[in-house]
Amino acid sequence: MPPKPSTPPSTLFDKVWAAHLVSEQTVDQPAVLYIDLHLVHEVTSPQAFSELKSRGLKVRSPERVFATIDHSTPTLPTNADGTHPYATDENRLQVEKLYANAKDNGLTLNGWESDRRGVVHVTAPETGRVTPGMTIVCGDSHTATHGAFGALAFGIGTTEVGHVLASQCLLQRKPKSMAINVTGALQQGVTAKDLILAIIAKIGTSGGTGYVIEYRGDAVKALSMEERMTVCNMSIEGGARAGMIAPDDVTIAWLKANTPLGERGDFQSMSQKWLAFKTDEGASFDKIVNIDANSITPMVTYGIDPSMAIGVDDLVPAGANKDALEYMGFEAGHDVHGQKVSKVFIGSCTNGRLSDLQAAANILKGRKVAEGVEMLIVPGSVKTKADAEAIGLDKVFVDAGAQWREAGCSMCLAMNGDMAAPGELVVSTSNRNFKGRQGPGARTVLASPETAAASAVMGHITDPRTFKEAAQ
Amino acid sequence: MSTKRQPFTAITSHFILAPQNNIDTDQIIPGRFLTTTEKTGLGKSMFYDWRYNEDGSVKADSLFDDPAKKTSKILVAGKNFGCGSSREHAPWSMQDYGFKVVMAPSFSDIFKSNALKIGLLPIEISEKVLVWFKSHPNEETTVDLEAQQIRCGDEVISTFKVEPFARYQMLNGMDDLDFLMSKTADIQFFEDHRA
Repeated sequence: MPPKPSTPPSTLFDKVWAAHLVSEQTVDQPAVLYIDLHLVHEVTSPQAFSELKSRGLKVRSPERVFATIDHSTPTLPTNADGTHPYATDENRLQVEKLYANAKDNGLTLNGWESDRRGVVHVTAPETGRVTPGMTIVCGDSHTATHGAFGALAFGIGTTEVGHVLASQCLLQRKPKSMAINVTGALQQGVTAKDLILAIIAKIGTSGGTGYVIEYRGDAVKALSMEERMTVCNMSIEGGARAGMIAPDDVTIAWLKANTPLGERGDFQSMSQKWLAFKTDEGASFDKIVNIDANSITPMVTYGIDPSMAIGVDDLVPAGANKDALEYMGFEAGHDVHGQKVSKVFIGSCTNGRLSDLQAAANILKGRKVAEGVEMLIVPGSVKTKADAEAIGLDKVFVDAGAQWREAGCSMCLAMNGDMAAPGELVVSTSNRNFKGRQGPGARTVLASPETAAASAVMGHITDPRTFKEAAQ
Repeated sequence: MSTKRQPFTAITSHFILAPQNNIDTDQIIPGRFLTTTEKTGLGKSMFYDWRYNEDGSVKADSLFDDPAKKTSKILVAGKNFGCGSSREHAPWSMQDYGFKVVMAPSFSDIFKSNALKIGLLPIEISEKVLVWFKSHPNEETTVDLEAQQIRCGDEVISTFKVEPFARYQMLNGMDDLDFLMSKTADIQFFEDHRA
C-alpha cells in the first residue's frame, strides 16, 4: 500500500513517521520505515557486519552510516608508545573489528585519530548529523537522545543493525503516542536530570512501553538543547523507545552555533522546513501525563531501577521494594542523603556534555573531593574535553582531586575496565542503577551533575542546594 | 543468499521460573560480557551474577544450574522482562543456554523485538497464568505457535497472540532481512521520490 502523508491535525511523531514510510503497515505486515541516519559503535555491530558478509550483501547507503568508538575504549591516557590501555584484549579486538568493518564498507569512523570521537549520542549531534524530522537508529537504547531535536530516534538490536545496513529500512509497527506535559518552571538548583527522574518515578519503568513520548509544556520549552538531550536520553528508562521535543528557536540557534550546518548558505531555508515538525493544534495523543515542574526537587535513586527515585531530602518510601533496599543497604522511612559515598562518576550520554561539566565545576571550584571518595569525570566527547579545557574546567577538577579522563562511556556500563568494587556506593550521572551495572555488587545512585559534585565534596549524598553555586 | 531458519511449530518442556518483575538486560547478561564479536557462546554467562560465586563456582541455589531443570526450553518470568539496554546479547545468551520460549506478563519493546528476530519466542501471559506456573513448578508444558496455545497434557492453560507477521516468519522459518531485500524496488522508489 503506498504511503499517504499524515492528515492534519497530526502530532510531531505522526509527521516524522509518515515522511519515512516506504510502505504502510497492514494487518499482516509491519510498515517498512526508511532510516536517515544509522549510528554505529563497536559493541552491537560486529555480528551484523558478519551477517551481511555471510549473505554476500553490501551496505546500501554508506553515507548514511556514522560510526564511532566509545563503549570498549579506555578513558586512561594513551601509552607512551601510542597504544591505548585497553582493559582486555577483547575490548581492543572489538574496536579493531569496527575499524576493519568501516574500512571494508567505506563508512565514516570517528576513531582514535579524530577530534570528533566520543560517546555516539554526544558526538553525532555535535557534528551536525542530527536535524529535526529525521529518523535515526543505533544499536543502543539511548538513541532517544536525538529526539531532543525533533527527530524520531530509537534503539535497535544487532539483527536490526544488519537490516538497516543492508536495506536502510526497518520493519516496524507504529507505536502509540504519549504526551508528557510539564507545566510551570523548574526551581533554582533543579535540573533536567531531576525532571526526567521525576517523570520516570511517576510513569514507572514500563509506563512508556509501546509509546513514543513527546515532552511538551512551558518547562520543556525553557530547557536548553543539552538539557533536552538529557531528558530525551532517558525515555527508555520509562519504557519508551523514543522521546521527542518539537524543534523551536532554541533548536535552530543551537544548530547554527554548534554545528557545521550553521555555515551553510541554505541554513535559513532548512530551518523553516525543520520548524514544520511540530504537533498541530488539536492533534490527539493516545495517552497524556501531566507533571508540575514547580514541585520537583533534586532527585536521587534509592533502588535498583531508575523509577525508584525520590527527592534528595525525602525519606525512602514505606512501600519500597524489599529486594532493592536489601541490595542498596537502605531502609524504608530513612534518609538517602547522608549515605557515605565511595565513588562519584560524572559523564555518559545522559550528562557528559559541557554544561554538565560546568555545573559540576561550579561546585568543585576551590573545594576538594572528600577523603576516601574517588571521583571520575569523563567528558562525552573529544570536543567536549577540548571545550572544557579551553575554559579551565580541567584545572578545577584536578585541583579538587578528581580524575579528568578521556572521552567514553566509562562507568555508565562498566565494560571498559572503569568500574566500582562490590558494595561500593556510586553517585552517578548516568542512566541506569540496575544491580551490578557498574560492577558486580556495586550500588548506584543516579543523580544530576550538581548532586554528584556536591556529594563528592561532602563524602555523602548531599542536596546540591546546600552550595550557593548550585542554587544560582 | 537467503537464510532459512529452523521453523518453530511447537515445543514441550519443563520450565524455569524467575518470577521477579523488571528483570533487566544487565541481569540477563552483564555489560562486561559484551566484548564478544560473536553471537554464540554466551549461554554460560547468562544471568552470570545470579549463577556464580565471586570465585566463578556455581551457586548452590542457581536457578539455571539445577540438573533437574537444566534442559528446560521455557523461561517464565515477571512483568516488564528485558527492560533496559538494547543488547541482543540478552536473547542470544538465552538461546545459547537452550531457551526457545520466554513467557512474562509483559516485555520491554526492544527485548521483544530482538527475541522475535532471532526465533526466541516471547509470549505475553496473564498474571493468572503466571500464578498457574508458580503453582505447577514441575510440569511439562507445550507451547504451540500454530494453535497459539499453552497446554499441559491435553488441558489448555492459556491461549496467546503473537504479532501476525512475526508468527508467520517463525512458523515458516523465514527471515526478515530476506523480506526487506525483496522490497528493494520500493526502497529505491522512496529514495528517488521523497520530498
